[in-house]
Order: sequence, then structure tokens, then C-alpha cells
Amino acid sequence: MSKRFTTALALLAFAGLATAAGPALQGDIQTQPTNWHAIIMFLIFVTMTMGITYWAAGRTKTSSDFYTAGGGITGFQNGLAIAGDYMSAATLLGLTAMTFSRGYDAYIYMMAFFAGWPIILFLMAERLRNLGRFTFSDITSYRLDPSVRTMAALSSLVVVVFYLIAQMVGAGQLIKLLFGLEYNYAIFAVGILMMVYVTIGGMVATTWVQIIKACLLLFGGTLVLILGFSQFGFSLTTLLEKVTAVHKLGADIMTPGSLLSDPVTALSLGLGLMFGTAGLPHILMRFFTVGNAKEARKSVLYASGFVGFFFNVIFLMGLVAVLLVGQNPEYFEGGDIKGALIGGGNMVAMHLAHAVGGNMLLGFLAAVAFATILAVVSGLALAGASAIAHDIYARVIRKGECTDKEEIKVSRMATIALGILAIILGIAFEKQNIAFMVGLAFGVAAAANFPVLILSMYWKGLTTRGALWGGYGGVISAVLFVVFSKSVWVDVLHNAAPLFPYTQPALFAMPIAFLCAYVFSVTDSSARATKERDAFEDQYVRAQTGFGASGASH
Amino acid sequence: MSSVIYERLRRNPKFDELVQKRGSFARTLAAIVLIIFYGFFMLVAFNPKVLGQPIAEGSMWAIGYTVEMGMFVFFWILTFIYVRRANGEFDDLTAEIIKEAQKETK
Repeated sequence: MSKRFTTALALLAFAGLATAAGPALQGDIQTQPTNWHAIIMFLIFVTMTMGITYWAAGRTKTSSDFYTAGGGITGFQNGLAIAGDYMSAATLLGLTAMTFSRGYDAYIYMMAFFAGWPIILFLMAERLRNLGRFTFSDITSYRLDPSVRTMAALSSLVVVVFYLIAQMVGAGQLIKLLFGLEYNYAIFAVGILMMVYVTIGGMVATTWVQIIKACLLLFGGTLVLILGFSQFGFSLTTLLEKVTAVHKLGADIMTPGSLLSDPVTALSLGLGLMFGTAGLPHILMRFFTVGNAKEARKSVLYASGFVGFFFNVIFLMGLVAVLLVGQNPEYFEGGDIKGALIGGGNMVAMHLAHAVGGNMLLGFLAAVAFATILAVVSGLALAGASAIAHDIYARVIRKGECTDKEEIKVSRMATIALGILAIILGIAFEKQNIAFMVGLAFGVAAAANFPVLILSMYWKGLTTRGALWGGYGGVISAVLFVVFSKSVWVDVLHNAAPLFPYTQPALFAMPIAFLCAYVFSVTDSSARATKERDAFEDQYVRAQTGFGASGASH
Repeated sequence: MSSVIYERLRRNPKFDELVQKRGSFARTLAAIVLIIFYGFFMLVAFNPKVLGQPIAEGSMWAIGYTVEMGMFVFFWILTFIYVRRANGEFDDLTAEIIKEAQKETK
């Protein structure tokens, strides 16, 4: 396997929905025949979520309701919602496809996606909840100058916009595949539904969309697996014997392949996934929707349980698919099982659903994939809107002197603006190779959001100057490393050779951010810096005890 | 005002106990996860063949798959252990500290 393919896969797995836009799907994606089962089931989902949005609208009166559902979500509900926010359609489609073609390598990726959660619990969840109110910028700017808030809001927006583009383009292509709907219609459908959920129902509606979607995804995936696995008597040994016998990798299917053969890439990817997750604004925001630190901890417990369970389901689904899809000419172009899968590599999970449950189950799983996209996009839009309306408008521009009503109004306008932007960018980037964008989003999250956030919670010595240098240093270096890497410099800008040899920025950009934050903090001898260091005491006590933390309003 | 009460919370010896106990517990668990996780990644990078070996002669279960499945379960159990202790013992201690600080006000 060429290095190029390896890199592409690396980004794919990273990729949220960008999977659909990665090289595996480039070339011809034909519009499929209209899938009525899927459309009807999806319409049921939309009707249900619209009902919830209507109900949520009545409960969305204050800015706290709008951003955090009034802090009234329970740990269990939030755990499901986090799982719903975190497991994108690429988790279902991309990782099943990766298991199908590469075997064990996919399982290694799943571990990298999973291992961030215990770390978030041990080091962050409690402090996030005790210090934050609506956004994670509340925490970074807790005792620092408002300019730190602006910086944190801007880097949140960078993450949100790149992630959003990846999701929208992926959504359009997936929906075209799964539903037989035109790309542009699909983009408009996603953009408009997202605007409706978020502007009308705020965080309450978004949370419930994510909860329902998480349940559907868990149910659908598990059902497909049970139906498929039953054909092998639920015996992993039997399954593996048969898979090894037919797969092109043979016995090596359970051996790590070339995916992570380079230690630098392996380490950088591990860091980027682990700490990128801990710096994604839409994930961090979910910690403010629960009433206290107790519920915040429970959220992670449930979320990691669901995510871990589902990864294991997906890996087995991929193995089952090797036999039930990979050996069935019906699913290949021209009936040649050595050729290409109909609809492209990412259709493995869908073909498997069809193989074990016919058109009904295929339609159901396709509807779940669409619902998944909506849930993730809504969470992103809300995180972006809170950065604009709460951080930049209410706190920095109006210096906290604006009414709740005004702030919500700006949030809604910001959501609509983000929705329109997402539609425009989704259409503009249709034919682009956008695989790098999610890498970029994770890179910025790991290199800009995470370092400043963790330092502001743990290190007394952090000053405004250090936070600004660290944050901007992280954003700029992460962006430059990605631009100079092969995925942009060669694949998008068509230069001959990359200026930066690795595709994963985290291992390099994170130290730059930490170093900048450290150096520019310790050398800061201004009066403001002294005051900021002194203010750490109170923040520290509050972080530890939760005393004075904003409580639930319901 | 709030600064006064924060000062009082902090002066309570139980506060140091809380911070010390919970902090070292969290750090220990985080270290376990990080060491196993990056240790595993280094094995993937430097000696992938080992992970492909069967766990026993003739078994279909590869070492890598078995170990990793164990990691999924183990990491989740660690989160369970932390949540249990933090939501019980540590939160009780926190509640005591807050109560005592508020009592002083009266």
C-alpha cells in the first residue's frame, strides 16, 4: 500500500464526515436510485424532532436555556448526547469500511478515538463544569483580559467552520449516495433543518436530536451486527477463521499494517486525537448543560461506555461484512468481487444492512446516517453561535452590558449566518479534496484550544500575554503545518513536494503553543500579570469545590 | 465577599486533604491510561508483528486484538472507579468544606 493511501486513510479515520469526501470516494459518485424506505424513515425522524423543537421552544427563554438547556440535562442524557455528538456518520460508515479493507488497523484508530475520554474525565470534566458557564472561553478568560476571550472565540470559530465544511460536503455526498437526492438539495436540507433546530429550540432541541440519534445509531448498528453475527453462531473464532480464509490480507488481517508504521505519525496522531477531542468547542460545551460536577462526571462515564461499546460493534460489523458483503457479487460493480463496491468504499455498512435485513434495514440505517449528520451539524452551529453571540458580542463588544434578550437574538442571527455560510461553503467545496479540513480542525483544537484551556485551569502563572501568544501561536502553527503538509501543499495546491514531511500537526504544534504560553507568561512582569496570578487563588478554590459555579436554572 | 468565603474554604485543612487526595487519585489514573495508551502505540509503530501473533497455539485470537479489547474494558472500569469515588467520598468532603465555611459567616 502506498504511503499516499495510508495518509488518506489516516485522515479518513480522523475525519468525521470528511470520509465521504476523501480520496476513497473521489472520482465518480453516482446519484443512486431514490431510496423511498430511507426517505420515509427519515421523514418520521424529522417530524419527531420538529415536535421536540416546538416543545423545546417553550422552554427556551433565557440565554442559559439557549446555550446550555438551563443546565437541566441529567448525566445519563448528556452522556447519550455526547456520544451522539461524537460519533459521526463517518464512525459508522468510515470505520466499518476501514475494517472491511484493512482489518485490525481500524481497531487501533478506534482506541485512539476512545482513550481521550478517560483523560477528559480525570483532568478536565469537573473543572470545566465548576468554572464554565456557556463556553470554554468563559474558563480561559476567567481571570484574564477580555482579549483572551476574543482569541478563544476566534479559534473556536476556526475549528467550527472547518469541521462544518467537512460535515456539509460529506453530508451532501453521502445523502446523494444513500437517498438518491441531488447534492445541492441535500446541502440545503441539512442547512435549513439545522437552522430550525438551533434557532427555535436552542440547546434543548439540539440535545434531544443528539440523544435520539445516538439511540437510533446504537440500536441500528447493534441490530445489524446481531443479524450478521448470528450467521456465524456468535463465535468470533468461526468468524475469524472464515475472514482469514477469504480476505486479501489473509492472516495479517489481525496484524497492524502500514497505517502507523512511522513512530512520529503514530505519536502525533495519538496526541491529536486525544487532545483534539478535549479541545473541540461543541464537545466542551456539552459539559455546561448539566447541573453540577457530579453529573458532568456521570456524563463521561455513560458517554465513554456508549462510544466504547459502539466501536467494538463496528469492528465486528466490518469483519462480518468481509464475508456477507465482500463475497457477494450483488454488491460489486459488474458483479466482480475483486472490483469496486457499488456506491464506493464507504457503503460497506449499508450493503451489510441490506444483506442481513433487506431494503427495510438499509432504509433505516440510511435514515440514521442522515440523522447523525444533522445532530453533529447542529451541535457545531450552536457552539459557533455561542462564540459569536456570547463571547464576542455580549462579553467583548458590549462588555457584559447587554440584556439576555439581545444576546439570544444575536445568537439566533449568528446561527442563521452560520447556516447560510455552511450552505455556501458546502456548495463551493463540493469538488474539492477537503480531507485535510477535519485534520485542521482537530489540529487547531489540540494545539490552540487545549493548551490554553488546560493551563488556565492548572497553572497559576498563566497571564494574558502568555495565553494570547500560546493561543495564536497554536492556531497559526497548526494551520501552517497542515498547509505545508502533503494534504494541502501537494494534494490541493499541486506542488511537487511537501515543505513539512508529516500530515499530523499535533506533535509539533502543541509544544509550540505550550512553550509560547510559558515563555510569554513567566517574562510578563506587568502589574496586570501580578493581579492575574493573584486571582488564581479564588479560581482554584472554585474549580476544586464548585462553590459559586453557575447552577441549574430548572 | 466571595473572595472572603473562598479564603475561608481554602483555609480549611479539609480543603488540602480534598485537593491532595483527589488530585493524586486523578493523576494516577490519568498516568495509567497514558502509559498504556502510548505504550501500545509504540508497540504498533515498532513491533507490529507481535500484536498479530495468536494468544495461544492454534487460537484465532490475536494478541493485539485481545489486549486492545481489554484496554477498552479496563479504561472504562477506571472511569467507573473514578466517578464512584469522586461522586461519593470526594463530593461528601467538598460538601462538608462548603458547609463549614458558610457556618462561619453566621
